[in-house]
Amino acid sequence: MPRWLTAALLERREETATASTLVLDVPGWPGHLPGQHVDVRLTAEDGYSTQRSYSLAAAPDGDRLELTVQRVPDGEVSPYLTGEFSVGDLVEVRGPVGGWFVWRPDEQKEPVLLVAGGSGIVPLMAMVRVRAAAGSRVPFRLVASVRGPADRLYGAELDRGSPGLDTTWIHTRTAPPGVVRAPGRLTAQDLADWGWPADFEPTVYVCGPTGFVETAAGLLVALGHHPARIRTERFGPSGG
Amino acid sequence: MHDTDRAATGTAPPQDAPGGATDFLDGNALAGVLAELFAVDVTTATSRCAHCGSSGHLAALRVYGRAPGLVARCPHCSEVVLRLVRTPQDMWLDMRGCTALAVPMAPA
Ligand SMILES: Cc1cc2nc3c(=O)[nH]c(=O)nc-3n(C[C@H](O)[C@H](O)[C@H](O)COP(=O)(O)OP(=O)(O)OC[C@H]3O[C@@H](n4cnc5c(N)ncnc54)[C@H](O)[C@@H]3O)c2cc1C
Ligand SMILES: [Zn+2]
Repeated sequence: MPRWLTAALLERREETATASTLVLDVPGWPGHLPGQHVDVRLTAEDGYSTQRSYSLAAAPDGDRLELTVQRVPDGEVSPYLTGEFSVGDLVEVRGPVGGWFVWRPDEQKEPVLLVAGGSGIVPLMAMVRVRAAAGSRVPFRLVASVRGPADRLYGAELDRGSPGLDTTWIHTRTAPPGVVRAPGRLTAQDLADWGWPADFEPTVYVCGPTGFVETAAGLLVALGHHPARIRTERFGPSGG
Repeated sequence: MHDTDRAATGTAPPQDAPGGATDFLDGNALAGVLAELFAVDVTTATSRCAHCGSSGHLAALRVYGRAPGLVARCPHCSEVVLRLVRTPQDMWLDMRGCTALAVPMAPA
């Protein structure tokens, strides 16, 4: 039964102009599965407290865990975590939680399709990293939607790639030079071109802002993917 | 690029998503608060909706609101399946919208 644990910021990495990865030291961390999240609680001096969920971004590594937070303009918590929150500062975390939106490398051998909108790539990256760390040969395809190339999270790491992982970036506003696809929102054609055919019966993980997840899950069902094989994680209206 | 086929399968922007609303989360988001109450992860449990009879994982419910007060609705009929309020002293859980809950357990 997870209780609140104290987490100290060890290190911060800027991923893009508006997103940072927070490396936290959490004594007593029990380990986690890729796709799980933590609830983060902030408490002010006057006792006011507020909490938000953040996905675990990295493979298990002792007491160290990583979160990647996208700054939501006018947000209450994310501007703090990506801004003033400094090395040595403390927050409370509860987790790991969530047993549904997870990939279990020991049990799941079927192909996997990952569909990300914005910061929805975070829990999917944990799956990519655990797959690489385990030397798994399960075929993975990642279709990640971003506004422009400057918004790619983990771009360098995904460019290096890993055998059996195909990554496709979908640019909604600005495409980099040389990319043929005109900028625009994710379409059924994108998923048909870069995802797995439904006949392969992949398990599909879709994550991002609620509107993105609604649209992508609808397109996948229209392409013949069975709803029971589509797992979703909605980040809320903003969620990057 | 804009063929009718694609329009039919829906390339609408998020604000035009089915129902129009984007202010909800998945039942996954209940995992933290329910973990205070249950020894196992109940978001992977199957519940049956008391209104329309459909069954599904708790993780697939639609969750509205924010801690400390959360409402989970059926993704099929959008009736309330469970309500939960966490106060500093108590947890108030109303599950009248759910007729059965099957929780995966390790073999006894
Ligand atoms: C399971 C889960 C995992 C997540 N993982 C990540 C992650 O890895 N990285 C990441 O950056 N974010 C993640 N999120 C989103 C994160 O929890 C916060 O919602 C986000 O950081 C915005 O918080 P905020 O306090 O900055 O903004 P807020 O102050 O909460 O909101 C900013 C604006 O959006 C609206 N809004 C936001 N969320 C809601 C909501 N649920 N209901 C109604 N209105 C809302 C507010 O009304 C306001 O206008 C995850 C969410 C969930 C549920
Ligand atoms: Zn129902």
